[in-house]
Amino acid sequence: MNIVENFDLFAPRLINKQELLSSGHRACSGCAEVLAVRLMCKALGENTVIASATGCMEIVSSMFPTTAWQVPWIHVAFENAASVASGIEAGLKALRKKGRIDDRYIKVVGMGGDGATMDIGFQALSGAMERGHDMIFVCFDNEAYMNTGIQRSSGTPMGASTTTAPAGKVSMGQKTWKKNMPEIMVAHEIPYVATVCPSYPLDFIRKIEKAKSIKGPSYIHCFSMCPTGWRSPSHTAVSIGRLAVETGVFPLFEVEHGHYRLSPDMPKKLKPIKDYFKPQGRFRHLTPDEIEVIQERVTVEFRKLAEKAKFLKTGNE
Amino acid sequence: MALKTWKELPIGCVVSEPGSAGEYHTGSWRSQRPVWDDAKCIKCGICYVFCPEGCVQQGEDGFFKANLDYCKGCGICSHECWPRAIKMVEEG
Repeated sequence: MNIVENFDLFAPRLINKQELLSSGHRACSGCAEVLAVRLMCKALGENTVIASATGCMEIVSSMFPTTAWQVPWIHVAFENAASVASGIEAGLKALRKKGRIDDRYIKVVGMGGDGATMDIGFQALSGAMERGHDMIFVCFDNEAYMNTGIQRSSGTPMGASTTTAPAGKVSMGQKTWKKNMPEIMVAHEIPYVATVCPSYPLDFIRKIEKAKSIKGPSYIHCFSMCPTGWRSPSHTAVSIGRLAVETGVFPLFEVEHGHYRLSPDMPKKLKPIKDYFKPQGRFRHLTPDEIEVIQERVTVEFRKLAEKAKFLKTGNE
Repeated sequence: MALKTWKELPIGCVVSEPGSAGEYHTGSWRSQRPVWDDAKCIKCGICYVFCPEGCVQQGEDGFFKANLDYCKGCGICSHECWPRAIKMVEEG
Protein backbone atom coordinates (compact mmCIF):
# COMPACT_ATOMS: atom_id res chain seq x y z
CA MET A 1 0.00 0.00 0.00
CA ASN A 2 1.27 3.48 -0.87
CA ILE A 3 1.90 5.56 2.24
CA VAL A 4 1.58 8.93 0.46
CA GLU A 5 -1.80 8.04 -1.06
CA ASN A 6 -3.16 6.83 2.26
CA PHE A 7 -1.76 9.64 4.34
CA ASP A 8 -4.67 9.72 6.79
CA LEU A 9 -4.32 6.02 7.39
CA PHE A 10 -0.59 6.04 8.06
CA ALA A 11 -0.30 9.49 9.67
CA PRO A 12 -0.59 8.03 13.20
CA ARG A 13 2.98 6.87 12.82
CA LEU A 14 4.16 10.47 12.42
CA ILE A 15 2.93 11.72 15.79
CA ASN A 16 5.21 12.29 18.77
CA LYS A 17 6.41 8.93 20.11
CA GLN A 18 7.25 10.24 23.56
CA GLU A 19 4.77 9.18 26.26
CA LEU A 20 4.36 11.89 28.90
CA LEU A 21 1.61 9.99 30.72
CA SER A 22 3.17 6.68 31.68
CA SER A 23 1.43 3.31 31.62
CA GLY A 24 0.25 1.94 34.93
CA HIS A 25 -2.33 4.65 35.63
CA ARG A 26 -5.53 3.30 37.18
CA ALA A 27 -8.14 4.46 34.65
CA CYS A 28 -11.01 2.07 33.89
CA SER A 29 -10.36 -0.18 30.93
CA GLY A 30 -11.44 1.55 27.73
CA CYS A 31 -11.39 5.09 29.16
CA ALA A 32 -11.45 7.68 26.37
CA GLU A 33 -10.63 10.51 28.77
CA VAL A 34 -7.21 9.10 29.61
CA LEU A 35 -6.67 8.56 25.89
CA ALA A 36 -7.45 12.24 25.38
CA VAL A 37 -4.99 13.24 28.13
CA ARG A 38 -2.32 11.03 26.58
CA LEU A 39 -2.82 12.64 23.16
CA MET A 40 -2.84 16.10 24.76
CA CYS A 41 0.52 15.44 26.44
CA LYS A 42 1.94 14.21 23.14
CA ALA A 43 0.86 17.45 21.46
CA LEU A 44 2.09 19.71 24.27
CA GLY A 45 5.54 18.19 24.67
CA GLU A 46 7.93 18.46 27.59
CA ASN A 47 7.93 22.20 28.29
CA THR A 48 4.58 22.17 30.02
CA VAL A 49 3.21 22.66 33.53
CA ILE A 50 -0.21 21.20 34.24
CA ALA A 51 -2.64 22.23 36.99
CA SER A 52 -5.38 19.65 37.34
CA ALA A 53 -8.68 19.96 39.16
CA THR A 54 -10.08 17.09 41.20
CA GLY A 55 -11.73 14.41 39.12
CA CYS A 56 -11.11 11.12 37.40
CA MET A 57 -7.82 12.22 35.83
CA GLU A 58 -6.42 13.28 39.19
CA ILE A 59 -7.46 10.06 40.95
CA VAL A 60 -6.25 7.64 38.30
CA SER A 61 -2.93 9.31 37.54
CA SER A 62 -1.61 10.22 40.97
CA MET A 63 -2.35 7.34 43.31
CA PHE A 64 0.11 7.98 46.14
CA PRO A 65 3.08 7.13 46.26
CA THR A 66 3.21 6.93 42.47
CA THR A 67 2.43 9.33 39.67
CA ALA A 68 1.85 8.68 35.99
CA TRP A 69 2.94 12.18 34.95
CA GLN A 70 6.29 12.89 33.34
CA VAL A 71 5.70 16.67 33.33
CA PRO A 72 5.35 19.01 36.35
CA TRP A 73 1.81 18.53 37.58
CA ILE A 74 -0.12 19.95 40.51
CA HIS A 75 -3.41 18.78 41.90
CA VAL A 76 -5.70 21.53 43.15
CA ALA A 77 -9.27 21.71 44.37
CA PHE A 78 -12.29 21.57 42.10
CA GLU A 79 -12.93 25.29 42.03
CA ASN A 80 -9.50 26.82 41.40
CA ALA A 81 -7.70 24.89 38.65
CA ALA A 82 -7.81 27.89 36.32
CA SER A 83 -6.68 30.29 39.08
CA VAL A 84 -3.70 28.08 39.96
CA ALA A 85 -2.78 27.78 36.28
CA SER A 86 -2.84 31.57 35.93
CA GLY A 87 -0.76 31.87 39.12
CA ILE A 88 1.84 29.46 37.74
CA GLU A 89 2.00 31.49 34.55
CA ALA A 90 2.59 34.72 36.49
CA GLY A 91 5.11 32.97 38.77
CA LEU A 92 7.13 31.61 35.85
CA LYS A 93 7.21 35.08 34.32
CA ALA A 94 8.57 36.55 37.56
CA LEU A 95 11.19 33.80 37.96
CA ARG A 96 12.31 34.26 34.38
CA LYS A 97 12.67 38.02 34.89
CA LYS A 98 14.81 37.45 38.00
CA GLY A 99 16.92 34.91 36.13
CA ARG A 100 16.12 32.03 38.47
CA ILE A 101 15.08 29.73 35.61
CA ASP A 102 16.54 29.50 32.14
CA ASP A 103 14.84 31.49 29.43
CA ARG A 104 12.65 29.00 27.58
CA TYR A 105 8.99 29.09 26.72
CA ILE A 106 6.84 27.02 29.08
CA LYS A 107 3.15 26.52 28.41
CA VAL A 108 0.83 26.42 31.38
CA VAL A 109 -2.19 24.17 31.07
CA GLY A 110 -5.21 23.95 33.34
CA MET A 111 -7.37 20.88 33.06
CA GLY A 112 -10.58 19.67 34.62
CA GLY A 113 -13.62 17.57 34.00
CA ASP A 114 -17.01 18.93 33.06
CA GLY A 115 -17.93 19.46 36.73
CA ALA A 116 -14.70 21.35 37.41
CA THR A 117 -15.21 23.51 34.32
CA MET A 118 -18.92 24.11 33.91
CA ASP A 119 -20.17 23.99 37.50
CA ILE A 120 -17.68 24.39 40.31
CA GLY A 121 -14.67 25.98 38.66
CA PHE A 122 -16.63 28.20 36.32
CA GLN A 123 -16.00 31.59 37.91
CA ALA A 124 -12.27 30.93 38.35
CA LEU A 125 -12.05 29.92 34.70
CA SER A 126 -14.02 32.97 33.59
CA GLY A 127 -11.69 35.21 35.62
CA ALA A 128 -8.51 33.63 34.27
CA MET A 129 -9.74 33.95 30.70
CA GLU A 130 -10.77 37.56 31.21
CA ARG A 131 -7.34 38.49 32.69
CA GLY A 132 -5.72 37.21 29.52
CA HIS A 133 -3.11 34.86 30.98
CA ASP A 134 -0.97 32.94 28.52
CA MET A 135 -2.49 29.53 29.24
CA ILE A 136 -4.63 26.75 27.84
CA PHE A 137 -7.62 25.38 29.70
CA VAL A 138 -8.75 21.94 28.59
CA CYS A 139 -12.13 20.61 29.70
CA PHE A 140 -12.49 16.85 29.52
CA ASP A 141 -16.23 16.53 29.19
CA ASN A 142 -17.62 13.11 30.06
CA GLU A 143 -21.06 14.56 30.75
CA ALA A 144 -21.46 13.75 34.48
CA TYR A 145 -19.50 13.50 37.74
CA MET A 146 -18.09 10.06 36.86
CA ASN A 147 -15.46 9.93 39.58
CA THR A 148 -17.95 10.04 42.46
CA GLY A 149 -20.55 7.77 40.86
CA ILE A 150 -22.26 9.28 37.82
CA GLN A 151 -24.09 12.27 39.32
CA ARG A 152 -25.59 14.79 36.92
CA SER A 153 -23.69 17.96 36.06
CA SER A 154 -24.62 20.89 33.85
CA GLY A 155 -22.81 19.05 31.08
CA THR A 156 -25.21 16.10 31.14
CA PRO A 157 -27.32 16.04 27.97
CA MET A 158 -31.12 15.93 27.91
CA GLY A 159 -32.53 12.45 28.43
CA ALA A 160 -29.43 10.81 29.94
CA SER A 161 -30.03 8.64 32.99
CA THR A 162 -27.64 9.33 35.89
CA THR A 163 -27.72 8.29 39.55
CA THR A 164 -29.12 11.65 40.66
CA ALA A 165 -31.38 12.06 37.61
CA PRO A 166 -32.54 8.47 37.16
CA ALA A 167 -34.97 7.46 34.44
CA GLY A 168 -38.18 5.74 35.50
CA LYS A 169 -41.95 5.96 35.32
CA VAL A 170 -42.08 9.66 36.17
CA SER A 171 -38.84 11.03 34.76
CA MET A 172 -36.97 10.63 31.48
CA GLY A 173 -33.64 11.23 33.23
CA GLN A 174 -31.88 14.57 32.83
CA LYS A 175 -34.49 17.23 32.07
CA THR A 176 -32.29 20.17 31.12
CA TRP A 177 -30.18 20.85 28.07
CA LYS A 178 -26.41 20.68 28.13
CA LYS A 179 -24.68 23.96 28.90
CA ASN A 180 -23.01 25.26 25.74
CA MET A 181 -19.57 25.83 27.23
CA PRO A 182 -17.57 26.56 24.03
CA GLU A 183 -20.00 29.37 23.15
CA ILE A 184 -19.63 30.87 26.64
CA MET A 185 -15.88 30.88 26.12
CA VAL A 186 -16.30 32.47 22.68
CA ALA A 187 -18.28 35.21 24.44
CA HIS A 188 -15.15 35.94 26.54
CA GLU A 189 -13.53 36.96 23.24
CA ILE A 190 -10.38 34.97 23.87
CA PRO A 191 -8.00 34.28 20.94
CA TYR A 192 -8.75 30.60 20.49
CA VAL A 193 -11.60 28.22 21.33
CA ALA A 194 -11.86 24.72 19.88
CA THR A 195 -13.79 21.50 20.39
CA VAL A 196 -11.92 18.21 20.03
CA CYS A 197 -12.64 14.51 20.27
CA PRO A 198 -9.97 11.80 20.78
CA SER A 199 -11.68 9.70 18.08
CA TYR A 200 -10.09 12.14 15.61
CA PRO A 201 -6.49 12.09 16.90
CA LEU A 202 -4.88 14.13 14.12
CA ASP A 203 -7.48 16.91 14.40
CA PHE A 204 -7.03 16.73 18.21
CA ILE A 205 -3.25 17.13 18.07
CA ARG A 206 -3.41 19.90 15.47
CA LYS A 207 -5.82 21.96 17.60
CA ILE A 208 -3.78 21.53 20.80
CA GLU A 209 -0.61 22.52 18.92
CA LYS A 210 -2.39 25.59 17.59
CA ALA A 211 -3.56 26.54 21.10
CA LYS A 212 0.03 26.06 22.28
CA SER A 213 1.37 28.41 19.61
CA ILE A 214 -1.05 31.20 20.57
CA LYS A 215 0.19 33.75 23.13
CA GLY A 216 -2.85 34.33 25.28
CA PRO A 217 -5.70 32.36 26.79
CA SER A 218 -7.22 29.53 24.83
CA TYR A 219 -9.94 27.06 25.69
CA ILE A 220 -10.25 23.49 24.39
CA HIS A 221 -13.43 21.50 24.98
CA CYS A 222 -12.74 17.78 24.72
CA PHE A 223 -15.50 15.22 24.35
CA SER A 224 -14.40 12.11 26.24
CA MET A 225 -16.55 9.05 26.36
CA CYS A 226 -16.87 7.12 29.64
CA PRO A 227 -17.73 3.40 29.27
CA THR A 228 -18.63 3.08 32.97
CA GLY A 229 -20.98 6.04 33.19
CA TRP A 230 -22.49 5.79 29.74
CA ARG A 231 -23.27 2.09 30.21
CA SER A 232 -21.59 0.76 27.13
CA PRO A 233 -18.88 -1.86 26.48
CA SER A 234 -15.26 -0.73 26.87
CA HIS A 235 -14.27 -1.33 23.24
CA THR A 236 -16.85 1.23 21.97
CA ALA A 237 -15.16 4.30 23.50
CA VAL A 238 -13.61 5.53 20.26
CA SER A 239 -16.52 4.60 17.98
CA ILE A 240 -19.11 6.39 20.17
CA GLY A 241 -16.99 9.55 20.03
CA ARG A 242 -17.02 9.26 16.27
CA LEU A 243 -20.81 8.80 16.25
CA ALA A 244 -21.25 11.90 18.44
CA VAL A 245 -19.42 13.95 15.81
CA GLU A 246 -21.18 12.32 12.85
CA THR A 247 -24.66 12.86 14.33
CA GLY A 248 -23.94 16.49 15.21
CA VAL A 249 -24.33 16.03 18.97
CA PHE A 250 -20.78 17.27 19.41
CA PRO A 251 -19.68 19.25 16.34
CA LEU A 252 -15.96 19.82 15.89
CA PHE A 253 -15.12 23.45 15.25
CA GLU A 254 -12.61 26.13 16.14
CA VAL A 255 -13.02 29.84 16.76
CA GLU A 256 -10.02 32.06 16.15
CA HIS A 257 -10.55 35.69 17.22
CA GLY A 258 -14.29 35.32 16.67
CA HIS A 259 -13.98 33.61 13.30
CA TYR A 260 -15.64 30.21 13.16
CA ARG A 261 -14.46 27.21 11.21
CA LEU A 262 -15.95 23.73 11.10
CA SER A 263 -13.38 20.92 11.07
CA PRO A 264 -12.85 19.06 7.80
CA ASP A 265 -13.83 15.87 9.68
CA MET A 266 -17.44 17.05 9.96
CA PRO A 267 -19.70 15.12 7.55
CA LYS A 268 -21.77 17.01 4.95
CA LYS A 269 -24.96 15.23 6.01
CA LEU A 270 -25.59 14.35 9.65
CA LYS A 271 -26.58 10.86 10.74
CA PRO A 272 -29.85 10.40 12.70
CA ILE A 273 -29.31 10.82 16.44
CA LYS A 274 -30.65 7.37 17.29
CA ASP A 275 -27.46 5.86 15.87
CA TYR A 276 -25.62 7.66 18.68
CA PHE A 277 -28.16 6.67 21.37
CA LYS A 278 -28.26 2.99 20.43
CA PRO A 279 -24.93 1.78 21.88
CA GLN A 280 -25.41 3.67 25.17
CA GLY A 281 -27.33 2.31 28.16
CA ARG A 282 -27.96 5.76 29.63
CA PHE A 283 -30.33 6.57 26.72
CA ARG A 284 -31.99 3.15 26.51
CA HIS A 285 -35.30 4.29 28.11
CA LEU A 286 -36.00 7.10 25.59
CA THR A 287 -39.22 6.83 23.57
CA PRO A 288 -39.31 7.79 19.84
CA ASP A 289 -41.15 11.03 20.73
CA GLU A 290 -38.44 12.08 23.18
CA ILE A 291 -35.74 11.22 20.64
CA GLU A 292 -37.59 13.38 18.10
CA VAL A 293 -37.47 16.39 20.47
CA ILE A 294 -33.73 15.94 21.03
CA GLN A 295 -33.12 15.42 17.31
CA GLU A 296 -34.87 18.69 16.53
CA ARG A 297 -32.74 20.62 19.02
CA VAL A 298 -29.49 19.04 17.76
CA THR A 299 -30.39 19.89 14.16
CA VAL A 300 -31.21 23.50 15.05
CA GLU A 301 -28.00 23.90 17.07
CA PHE A 302 -25.91 22.46 14.27
CA ARG A 303 -27.57 24.71 11.71
CA LYS A 304 -26.84 27.73 13.91
CA LEU A 305 -23.19 26.72 14.05
CA ALA A 306 -23.04 26.13 10.29
CA GLU A 307 -24.49 29.61 9.70
CA LYS A 308 -21.91 31.15 12.03
CA ALA A 309 -19.17 29.29 10.18
CA LYS A 310 -20.55 30.66 6.92
CA PHE A 311 -20.75 34.31 7.96
CA LEU A 312 -17.84 34.51 10.39
CA LYS A 313 -15.20 32.77 8.31
CA THR A 314 -11.59 32.45 9.42
CA GLY A 315 -9.31 34.78 7.48
CA ASN A 316 -12.19 36.81 6.04
CA GLU A 317 -11.79 40.01 8.01
CA MET B 1 7.03 -1.46 46.04
CA ALA B 2 7.92 -0.64 49.64
CA LEU B 3 5.66 1.98 51.19
CA LYS B 4 7.20 4.86 53.14
CA THR B 5 6.37 5.42 56.79
CA TRP B 6 5.00 8.77 57.95
CA LYS B 7 8.44 9.91 59.09
CA GLU B 8 9.95 9.38 55.64
CA LEU B 9 7.18 11.08 53.66
CA PRO B 10 8.09 14.38 51.97
CA ILE B 11 6.24 17.51 53.07
CA GLY B 12 2.99 17.90 51.16
CA CYS B 13 3.27 14.28 49.94
CA VAL B 14 5.09 15.48 46.83
CA VAL B 15 5.94 12.65 44.43
CA SER B 16 9.37 13.51 43.05
CA GLU B 17 9.83 10.57 40.70
CA PRO B 18 8.13 11.16 37.32
CA GLY B 19 6.23 8.30 35.75
CA SER B 20 6.55 6.03 38.77
CA ALA B 21 3.06 4.62 38.14
CA GLY B 22 4.84 2.14 35.87
CA GLU B 23 5.72 0.16 39.00
CA TYR B 24 2.07 -0.83 39.27
CA HIS B 25 1.14 -3.43 36.68
CA THR B 26 -2.45 -3.01 35.55
CA GLY B 27 -2.23 -6.12 33.38
CA SER B 28 -3.82 -8.17 36.16
CA TRP B 29 -7.16 -6.40 35.51
CA ARG B 30 -7.41 -8.01 32.08
CA SER B 31 -10.04 -10.61 31.16
CA GLN B 32 -9.11 -10.80 27.47
CA ARG B 33 -5.92 -10.02 25.60
CA PRO B 34 -5.22 -8.72 22.09
CA VAL B 35 -3.45 -11.03 19.65
CA TRP B 36 -1.97 -9.57 16.45
CA ASP B 37 -2.12 -11.43 13.14
CA ASP B 38 1.01 -10.06 11.44
CA ALA B 39 -0.07 -11.45 8.04
CA LYS B 40 -3.05 -9.04 8.00
CA CYS B 41 -1.27 -6.09 9.69
CA ILE B 42 -0.54 -3.10 7.39
CA LYS B 43 1.56 -1.32 10.08
CA CYS B 44 -0.69 1.78 10.08
CA GLY B 45 -0.35 2.45 13.80
CA ILE B 46 -4.05 2.95 14.60
CA CYS B 47 -3.77 0.52 17.54
CA TYR B 48 -0.84 2.52 18.89
CA VAL B 49 -2.71 5.84 18.69
CA PHE B 50 -5.98 4.65 20.21
CA CYS B 51 -4.54 2.64 23.14
CA PRO B 52 -5.60 4.49 26.32
CA GLU B 53 -2.77 2.81 28.27
CA GLY B 54 -0.09 3.72 25.77
CA CYS B 55 1.11 0.12 26.00
CA VAL B 56 1.06 -0.74 22.28
CA GLN B 57 4.57 -0.26 20.88
CA GLN B 58 6.15 -0.78 17.49
CA GLY B 59 8.82 -3.46 17.41
CA GLU B 60 12.01 -3.41 15.34
CA ASP B 61 10.30 -5.39 12.56
CA GLY B 62 7.62 -2.68 12.24
CA PHE B 63 4.80 -4.76 13.67
CA PHE B 64 2.93 -3.65 16.76
CA LYS B 65 2.72 -5.47 20.09
CA ALA B 66 1.04 -4.76 23.41
CA ASN B 67 2.95 -4.71 26.67
CA LEU B 68 0.86 -7.21 28.61
CA ASP B 69 2.15 -5.88 31.94
CA TYR B 70 -0.14 -2.88 31.42
CA CYS B 71 -2.80 -3.91 28.86
CA LYS B 72 -6.25 -3.81 30.52
CA GLY B 73 -7.92 -5.70 27.68
CA CYS B 74 -10.42 -2.97 26.74
CA GLY B 75 -10.55 -4.13 23.10
CA ILE B 76 -10.34 -0.67 21.50
CA CYS B 77 -7.36 -1.71 19.33
CA SER B 78 -9.22 -4.76 18.04
CA HIS B 79 -12.41 -2.77 17.38
CA GLU B 80 -10.61 0.08 15.58
CA CYS B 81 -8.14 -2.00 13.55
CA TRP B 82 -8.78 -1.30 9.82
CA PRO B 83 -7.74 -4.67 8.38
CA ARG B 84 -9.11 -6.54 11.45
CA ALA B 85 -5.70 -7.96 12.30
CA ILE B 86 -6.24 -7.92 16.08
CA LYS B 87 -8.31 -10.57 17.82
CA MET B 88 -9.36 -10.52 21.47
CA VAL B 89 -8.68 -13.86 23.16
CA GLU B 90 -10.09 -14.86 26.56
CA GLU B 91 -7.49 -15.08 29.32
CA GLY B 92 -6.98 -18.21 31.35
